[in-house]
Amino acid sequence: MGSNLGSKRLVVGAHYGSRDWLSQRVTAALIALFTLVVLVQLLLPGEIGYVKWAGIFAPQWMKFLTLVVVVALGLHAWVGVRDIWMDYVKPAGVRLALQVFTIVWLVGCVGWAVQVIWRL
Amino acid sequence: MANTLKERPVYRNIHISQILTYRLPLAGVVSILHRISGALLFLLLPFVVWLLDNSLTSEISFDRFASAFTSGIGVLPGGFIKLVCLGLIWAYLHHMIAGLRYLWMDVTHRMSKADGRISALITLALSLLLTVALGAKLFGLY
Repeated sequence: MGSNLGSKRLVVGAHYGSRDWLSQRVTAALIALFTLVVLVQLLLPGEIGYVKWAGIFAPQWMKFLTLVVVVALGLHAWVGVRDIWMDYVKPAGVRLALQVFTIVWLVGCVGWAVQVIWRL
Repeated sequence: MANTLKERPVYRNIHISQILTYRLPLAGVVSILHRISGALLFLLLPFVVWLLDNSLTSEISFDRFASAFTSGIGVLPGGFIKLVCLGLIWAYLHHMIAGLRYLWMDVTHRMSKADGRISALITLALSLLLTVALGAKLFGLY
């Protein structure tokens, strides 16, 4: 990486977006798995209400999994929404402003969700 | 030479203003809806975290969560909240099923026109059917 800095920075070539591509798929698989884990627990016998719902998120392993998935979702949405800005918004200033908004929006939501999970 | 060639428009990406007029194959419909549903989920993310917060924090907040669907939130009526949730349900289902379709294509390398059309059809049918089923529950039809 050392020879790749400054004016020598590699800006073209193969595999330039493969890290984003891969991270979006790995995070997507995590989110799908989490959806399944929550759904299965929700559909287990018993009345669906506060006790059951809060009970799903109470165990330590579930808090761990939820934290991982919330962070994964933030990364997943970042790659996806940034793709949208890169496709449709050409002026660099507007694109930068929208990307900053996206980061603020996502970091805020992820922080709020983490607060919800860990104060229970 | 230039005069004999018909001027043709070049679309590098389908612009938002072209979504309704651009004739897309079924796989293209799934693709653009994947993007639209993703953008919708991104924009509604604070509302989703609000739902998570109120449904989990305490029984009092859970009642506030439940009553959002009947008496609404602030000036927003309950019916509007239900409609937003219906939109969320569709967006999540479509985005997830279309995403699983892409993962399946990545793994199997099955990307012929015919395969793409069939899997797109399955994606649309499954996401719309599940949306109708869950939507009927949301609006108290069963």
